Amino acid sequence: MPLSRASNGARAPAGIFNGIVRTAAAAGIVAGLLLTGVQHLQVIPIIQQAEVFEKAQEAAPASESAPAPAEHAHAADVAPHAHGHDGHGATEEVHSHGGWEPEDGFERTAYTALADVSMGVGYALLLAAMICLRGGAVTWRSGMLWGAAAYAVFFIAPSLGLPPELPGTLAAPVSARQAWWICTAFSTAVALGVLVWSRNVWFKVGAVALLFVPHLVGAPQPPVHSMAAPAELVGSFIIATALANAVFWLALGGLTGYFYKKFA
Amino acid sequence: MPVTPVVSGQAEVSNEAENGLVTLREKMIPALCAAGLGAVLLFGAGFASMEALHNAAHDSRHSAGFPCH
Repeated sequence: MPLSRASNGARAPAGIFNGIVRTAAAAGIVAGLLLTGVQHLQVIPIIQQAEVFEKAQEAAPASESAPAPAEHAHAADVAPHAHGHDGHGATEEVHSHGGWEPEDGFERTAYTALADVSMGVGYALLLAAMICLRGGAVTWRSGMLWGAAAYAVFFIAPSLGLPPELPGTLAAPVSARQAWWICTAFSTAVALGVLVWSRNVWFKVGAVALLFVPHLVGAPQPPVHSMAAPAELVGSFIIATALANAVFWLALGGLTGYFYKKFA
Repeated sequence: MPVTPVVSGQAEVSNEAENGLVTLREKMIPALCAAGLGAVLLFGAGFASMEALHNAAHDSRHSAGFPCH
């Protein structure tokens, strides 16, 4: 029982939970705001440029913006099962905004900051929970190692199959991509954990194999690839997001390690 | 594998392995609760399909590489 444990010097579950939450709140808010700053410098300008192309495409005649009927027929020949799987067609709308959206400028940046902080706290909760379960001492240095591993799990591995996309890119149905993204992150996390902590050689071999599984299965792809933005912009967006997320993860990991030592 | 002993009545839990096992059992629920809370925040920021949430988190989602649209 928690009460009798407390008499041994062990911490009550509520105390452990509070420690993790305080750690994650502090680390997530700082790293989330840092991410917003970095995004503002090099990611958001590229998104805004892509939106100019996207709007131009939307304004263009239908034959320009949507795959032509002939192309559709061809797509159906190439991937006939794709139509069967998805009730509302194999391709997603290129980019459909409906309803409320924040005004460009301060409001949009504020909501991006809010989303970044929410993401930062969410990821920090996962990180601190894992650090807690793993046990042992943690510092900002070992926290950065956790952050680097999480960067591989949550950014590099999913991006190998689904690179960060600019607005105006035609993609497979979002639910299929989300499912693949989650499975890829999860299996990469399990594989890295086994590689780092298991002493059994065969487990390690299995873990290396597991790293490849989601990429051999393959990420969901649209039958027809199309993007509004030029390829150079897409390339610079991938580099910009890779850098922004690297900064975010190293900061989040280091801060989680630092605050965990302090609070938990 | 040693069975985790229920030693809550003993004040002197000095055996380290024993201590570690008991501690892991105690940490499991709060850590999973925290991870669950984290998953909820991530779902809201990165995965929820609600239009307003999507539009608010739009730039953040594109930047993080979350599947969008």
